[in-house]
Formats: sequence, C-alpha cells, structure tokens
Amino acid sequence: MHLTLHVWRQKSANDKGRLVQYEVDNISSDMSFLEMLDVFNESLIAKGEEPVAFDHDCREGICGACSLVINGIPHGPDEGTTVCQLHMRRFKDGDTIYIEPWRAKAFPVIRDLIVDRTAFDRIQQAGGFITINTGGAPDANALPIAKTEADLAMDAAACIGCGACVAACPNASAMLFVGAKVSQFLHLPQGHPERARRVKAMVEQMDAEGFGNCTNHYECMAACPKEIDVRVIAELNLEFMKAKISGRE
Amino acid sequence: MNLDAKIPDGPMAEKWDNHRFAMKLVNPANKRKYKVIVVGTGLAGASAAATMAELGYNVENYCYQDSARRAHSIAAQGGINAAKNYQNDGDSIYRLFYDTVKGGDFRSREANVYRLAQVSNAIIDQCVAQGVPFAREYGGQLANRSFGGAQVSRTFYARGQTGQQLLLGAYSALMRQVAAGTVKLVPRSEMLDLVVIDGRARGIIVRDMVTGRIYPAFGDAVVLATGGYGNVFYLSTNAMGCNVTAAYRAYKRGAGFANPCYMQIHPTCIPVTGDHQSKLTLMSESLRNDGRVWVPKAVGDKRAPNDIPEAERDYYLERRYPSFGNLVPRDVASRAAKQVCDEGRGVGATGLAVYLDFADAIKRLGRSAIEQRYGNLFHMYHKITDEDPYTMPMRIFPAVHYTMGGLWVDYNLMSTIPGLHVLGEANFSDHGANRLGASALMQGLADGYFVIPYTIGHYFGSNTFDPIDGEHPAFQEAAQAAGSRLQKLLDVKGSRSVDSFHRDLGHIMWTHCGMSRKREGLETALKEIPKLREEFWRDVRVPGSGDQLNVSLEKAGRVADFLEFSEIVVRDALAREESCGGHFREEHQTPEGEAKRDDENFSHVAVWEYKGDNEEPVMHKEQLTFDLVKPSVRSYK
Ligand SMILES: Cc1cc2nc3c(=O)[nH]c(=O)nc-3n(C[C@H](O)[C@H](O)[C@H](O)COP(=O)(O)OP(=O)(O)OC[C@H]3O[C@@H](n4cnc5c(N)ncnc54)[C@H](O)[C@@H]3O)c2cc1C
Ligand code: FES
Repeated sequence: MHLTLHVWRQKSANDKGRLVQYEVDNISSDMSFLEMLDVFNESLIAKGEEPVAFDHDCREGICGACSLVINGIPHGPDEGTTVCQLHMRRFKDGDTIYIEPWRAKAFPVIRDLIVDRTAFDRIQQAGGFITINTGGAPDANALPIAKTEADLAMDAAACIGCGACVAACPNASAMLFVGAKVSQFLHLPQGHPERARRVKAMVEQMDAEGFGNCTNHYECMAACPKEIDVRVIAELNLEFMKAKISGRE
Repeated sequence: MNLDAKIPDGPMAEKWDNHRFAMKLVNPANKRKYKVIVVGTGLAGASAAATMAELGYNVENYCYQDSARRAHSIAAQGGINAAKNYQNDGDSIYRLFYDTVKGGDFRSREANVYRLAQVSNAIIDQCVAQGVPFAREYGGQLANRSFGGAQVSRTFYARGQTGQQLLLGAYSALMRQVAAGTVKLVPRSEMLDLVVIDGRARGIIVRDMVTGRIYPAFGDAVVLATGGYGNVFYLSTNAMGCNVTAAYRAYKRGAGFANPCYMQIHPTCIPVTGDHQSKLTLMSESLRNDGRVWVPKAVGDKRAPNDIPEAERDYYLERRYPSFGNLVPRDVASRAAKQVCDEGRGVGATGLAVYLDFADAIKRLGRSAIEQRYGNLFHMYHKITDEDPYTMPMRIFPAVHYTMGGLWVDYNLMSTIPGLHVLGEANFSDHGANRLGASALMQGLADGYFVIPYTIGHYFGSNTFDPIDGEHPAFQEAAQAAGSRLQKLLDVKGSRSVDSFHRDLGHIMWTHCGMSRKREGLETALKEIPKLREEFWRDVRVPGSGDQLNVSLEKAGRVADFLEFSEIVVRDALAREESCGGHFREEHQTPEGEAKRDDENFSHVAVWEYKGDNEEPVMHKEQLTFDLVKPSVRSYK
C-alpha cells in the first residue's frame, strides 16, 4: 500500500521541530508499524537523508521503549497494544498517518520521536523498591500470599514503564505509573513496612518532575498497552491520604 | 593463553563453600575505595551492580537503552528454574545439576553447574523478598510448571512475564542504590572498547549516545554483562539493539572467546513472513506443556489444519521421543522440525512451519484454563499473525534465540584478562552446547547476586592497584581509536544502508552456520564473510554526524563488529567435527538422524585467541572432566 506520513522531525533538544510530510510505498499489511518505519527509513537513507529516530528494542511489547503517538493516540488505534505490536493491516492504502513523540513537560524531546523518560527512573529511585539486601531472605514459601492478592499485585506489576499514560493525559499526569508500583507492593506483605514512606516519596518526586495531577479523565487506562486499571490511582490516593494522616515515616 | 579454570578442591557439593571460605575479603571500610565498572543492566548486570553496591563498592553502571529496566532480560517469558522441590516430585540440587549437564550435552563445566544448582534456591527467596509477584496456588504457595529437558516441575513464573518481573526486582534494588549514591547509572551509553593497563582491565571507552561524546570510564575492575550475540544472524528473538560489540572488543584486547559456535535455535517462534521482517517473536516453551506438535503425514498436504483427520497427522515428537514427547530439549525439537520441513511436510504458505495445537488441551481443561496459563501469548500470536490460536493450531518454526558461547571465564567468572569479569549470557560458563529452558534467568541472577559479589572481593583482596585516571595514555589512545573508527564509517559515504549489510550477513550465517552445518557450507561462509566485510567498508552509507544522536552510526558500529565476529563463529563450527547440543554437523549423525558426539576428541571448551586483524585466530582447549555425571548418549526416547 501507499501512505502519506506526517512525521515529527527535530534535530536535537534545542531545535524547534516540525511535522514533515513524506510519501511511502510498498508497505505490506503483514508488517508491523515499526517495520513500516524501517522501510520508510531505508528510503530516506537511499535519498541521502537522515532516518527518523525512534525508540524501540524488544519489538514484542514488553520493554516499553517504543513510544509513538499515532494520529493523536499513544501507541495507535489498537487497544492493549504497544506500537511495536501494531500491524499495518490496521491501515489501508492511501491513508494519511501522523506520527509524533510523547508530549509532556517531564518528557523533553531528544531527537525526532525520542523523548527523555528518566523522570520515571527518578520516581522509582525515590521509593519504588523494597529495602532488602541480597542474601538472608527467608524461604520463599514461608510467607503464603493469597492467590487473589498475588494476582492483583501482578496486574499492577505488568506496567512496562513506557509513559503512554502520561502522553495520553490532558494534564500529563504520571498517576497510573506511580499507582501501579504502589499498588504492586500494597498487595504483597513484603511491601508493607515501608508503605507510608514509599508513597510519600514517590508522589513528591512525581510532583518535582513536573507531572500534572489526575482529574479523572481515564485517558491513561485507555492508552495503556498493558491495560492497567485506574483502580491503582484510587489506591495511590488512598495510600497517600493514609500516609499523610498517620504521619508515619 | 592461560585456561586454568581455578576449580576449588574438595567434593563437588563442598567446593563452593570451601572456596567462599578460602577467598580473600575486603575490609568493609575499604570497599568504597574500589570502583567497579559494570556494563549491562539486564538480570546479570543489575543484580551484580546492586549487590556490589550494597556491599559498599563504588559502582558505575552503563547500558545502551534509555532506562536500565529495558535490558533484554525483560523479554523472557517462560520462567526460572530452582531446585526447591516444592512439588515433592523428586527434585534436588543434584537433579537440577544433572539435568543441566545432560541438557548441555556434556560440554559444560561440572563445578560451575553444580554451584548454579546450589544457589538456585536462594534466588527465588531473594526475588520473593523483593516483591516479585510469582504465580501462586490458592493456598498461597508458589506455583510451578515444567519446561523442556526435565521431568520435574521446577520452573517458577509470573504469567508470561517472568523476565520483566525478575528484572524489575533487580532494577528496584539497583534504583535503591542509585538513590543511596553508591551506583552511578549511565543509560544511553555504548561501550566501544575495553582498556587494559599493565595486563589488567581498568576501564572502558564509552560513547554518550545523545551527544556523541566519547570518553573513558576507569576503575579497578570491569564487569561485562552485555548479553548474547544472536543478532549475528540478523533475525533472532533478541531485541534489536543486542550486539557483540562489548564482548568482541574485549576479545580483541586479549580475552578468550569460548565456543562461539554454540547457539540455541528455539523451536517455537512465529515464522518469517517476508523480507521486511525485522525480528522473530518467541512463543514460550511453556506452551509445549499443553500444545502438541504435528505436521501432516503426507508430503504436500495443503488442507487447512482442522480438515486433516487425526489419523493423517504425525505427532512426530511424541512418536520419536515417547518418554519426553513434546517436552524434549530445544535442540532436539528444532532439528526435528527442520527435518519434517525438509521432507516437504512443513505447513503454511512458505512450508517452513509446523503446528502447535491446543485443541486437545482445550477439550481436556477448558478454554478458560488455557487462557489463564497462556492468555498473553495467545493474544500476542493473534496480533502478529491475525489467526486465533484458540480455534486454529499455531504455526511455529525454529529461530535463533540464545548463545551458549561467550567470553571464557574461570570459576570466579574472570576472563583471561585479569580484572575483566563476565556474567550472564555474555559468558560461556554453564550451559554447555545447549541450554535448558528457564536456566538463563537462573544463571544471570546466580552470577550477579551470589557469585560476583564474592569473587570480586577476592580479586581486590589479592592485588594492589596503582591509581589511574582517564588521562592515562591507554585511555587516550583507545578513545582516539574508537572515535576515528566511527569517523571512518561516516566517511565511507557509499550507497548501501547498514541494515542491508546486516541482512546479508544474517543470510550467510543462517544458510551455512544455522540449524545444521557441514564443512562445504562453512567453508563457503568463510569466503563470503570477508567479501561482505570489504564491501561494507567500501560502500556503506551512514548519514548524519558523530556528534549527535545517530541511530545509523550506532548500528554501523555493531554490524562492523558482527562482520568480524561471525568469522570466528564459523571457524569454531568448522573445527568442531562432531554434533553436540545446538551444534549439528551433518557429517556426524546416527542413521536415525540423531546428533553424534565425539567425547574422545571434543570433550573440551574451544577458546579463541585474537592474533591481529590480518592473522588467523588461534584455538586453545580447556579439557572437560566429568567426575559425577558420566557422559552418555543423550536420550529422550
Ligand atoms: C524472547 C526471549 C525469551 C526468553 N525467555 C527465557 C525464559 O523464559 N527463561 C530463561 O531462563 N531465559 C529466557 N531467555 C533468555 C534470557 O532472557 C537471557 O539469556 C538473559 O535474560 C540475558 O541476561 P543478561 O543480563 O545476560 O543480558 P541482557 O538482559 O541482554 O542485558 C544486556 C545489557 O547489556 C547492555 N549492553 C549490551 N551491549 C552494550 C554495549 N556495547 N554498551 C553498553 N551496554 C551494552 C544492554 O543495554 C543491557 O543492559 C529468553 C530470551 C529471549 C530473547
Ligand atoms: S519495542 Fe519493546 S515494547 Fe515496543
């Protein structure tokens, strides 16, 4: 098929950036969206132009690297799918496609479609862990955890840290991401001793990074490729309140 | 080349304990004076960096992704082994050790494997304590499943995301240390060279992938945990960025490269659809717990799978290997798939696929049970192929997946260069000629959490170190050389893209050095690779400049290394005149087409030494001895 692409081009963080129109041919419906971009990039290289830079690595929907806004939707039109798992059979000959980077104050563009998401790492550094050194852990079965709780923890832990939630949110809020981590540890007894400190530190860092607040649009859940439920935001809010009220460290 | 494996004395079960006692210690107050450069943030790198930092060492940790959490370990689906024997089905440390040595076709080092089995249980404990949400039974206990090459259930898992959950556990430990200021984490950086001073590894040359700045990172020891080199085949189940650069540069600086020809071809991947294909997607081995593998009995039977009656199907794994059936090890399953396709009984448009059928399991257990177990894998298959595996059997075909070969290391995980330690998939140590499923995650974490934290102390405690910094001429020269090499790539200004060369290399490797190999083909490859390399340096086109984020340049550097490294893979395959594990030489097979090992002549690790760009590398041997497990014909019948 033939497609018209409007792609965000930006040479560096300081460059202004703009959408550039391109035509691309010979796209088969079996290709993934990123393979379509590969073919397109090959055509740019053949013309002596620089290819479009975008983040990607695993191409199986798990590393969270790929991060494109397609026609205004983070990760494109398929539900519960990263853009690397999106296939061209979703499009038809003659379509026009807009491809843009995640847009959020806390995710500055580095080049073309690549943004800086280290703010997420810093939020994890603030409290996204259980304090335990290697060695000396008790036998893994010493602490039974009800399957239902373990499943809830796993539902939250499925987050791949891609940032689509932020890109989808009108306030560029990171509450789904932070909520997912808080919820994972909330449903596991191992996470309890530090729960108050954790939630306060992570929320504080989230604010410091310039992410906005949640005003219940739920666009994050719609965009999340792992379909993380907004219940984790409710849990985050509740945990945060409890931590504040209890005054516990 | 000194290949002393430094295996401790004493009975097998006591070696590690004895060694831990015998090793030198570093006084807690002195630990922060030692700086360790860790390259890689996968299971091996992240666990090592975090644990060494917890002990008090000063750690710098590099990775090429934008976040440490995205290392390729994240993609592991199926699970991680441990000898917990929670199922009371006869497992033990000895059995895990035995299965791994046998599964590796008697080409691994017994003492290393034994230690791996010994520490496996502590890994699970550690991960649970970190909050890894493993699957559980209703009673709250951990759940297990079976994997190929084993007759016990010892695999722990977290839905289809075991790798991601384990990595996030290690990553969270790492983040904690970053916050504590003990680890300096440097993402989006690529190691371009290793720096050796006075015979010891003292640092690396790094390129900042955003600004293009090339600079030295120095310390007292270097730990490489840079993963496998499966992408030398272009198409593999590895992530797009996986590369051999770090390991290959170390090889050029004097580290021996062990068994480069040992690679694992995974039997259950989604088949190739066309030239545009950029990578292959794995369907976890766990699927073989419930899926049945078959092809039509008749050659050229083009009917839809559901129209082929039971009597006209050949469940060839169950037929040939009645005791292990669909759960034979990967090398055996892959070769069997290739054989039926070579006979013309392959399915799908290309004829290069076999069926993996869940109809019986769905009938027996109900759709929801299958959904519970494999929901996300079925979803992924459906997305990619547009076919519903609940109603149609999956089509699968083998693909390059894992590299057992890697930099040679001794029992302390140190390479032939003092101070250079190698962990995880990047070393060669524990899997012999074939890795069993769910054992790579185990090995990466064993190396990082439980081995290197001890052995690095021994290295520091046994040596004294002159203070150095990045101004040392060795760093300056290496940085200069790395920069001019990149400039040379930019200056070629030829006509072909980097990817097109990579694809051609992959084609040569898959055709001549893939699932089955023979002398003639390997010799052809040895002629074609240098030709392609020469053409690459004459005609590659790398747009842009070096002082910016430049994806083509990153790829060009990696492909240039693959174009050299592939030659040692082929040389090694040529030198190993036997079939063992993942290495199948057509000249060496039984009349039934099973692999024929030659223990008399090839019970060794082949270790390659770099001799110069225009010299042939030299092969050295580490003889393998088997005290506990008698090498036998590996039978899964
Ligand atoms: C699809 C898939 C599924 C798998 N499933 C399983 C499974 O179920 N069970 C199992 O046991 N094993 C499985 N494996 C194998 C297992 O995942 C890997 O062998 C293991 O995770 C490798 O870990 P590692 O830490 O050695 O390397 P990796 O996780 O690959 O990490 C490599 C690190 O090195 C860095 N790096 C590499 N090169 C450079 C460079 N030049 N400069 C700077 N940094 C660099 C990367 O950034 C990364 O951080 C699977 C593998 C694949 C591909
Ligand atoms: S490339 Fe890894 S999730 Fe898309």
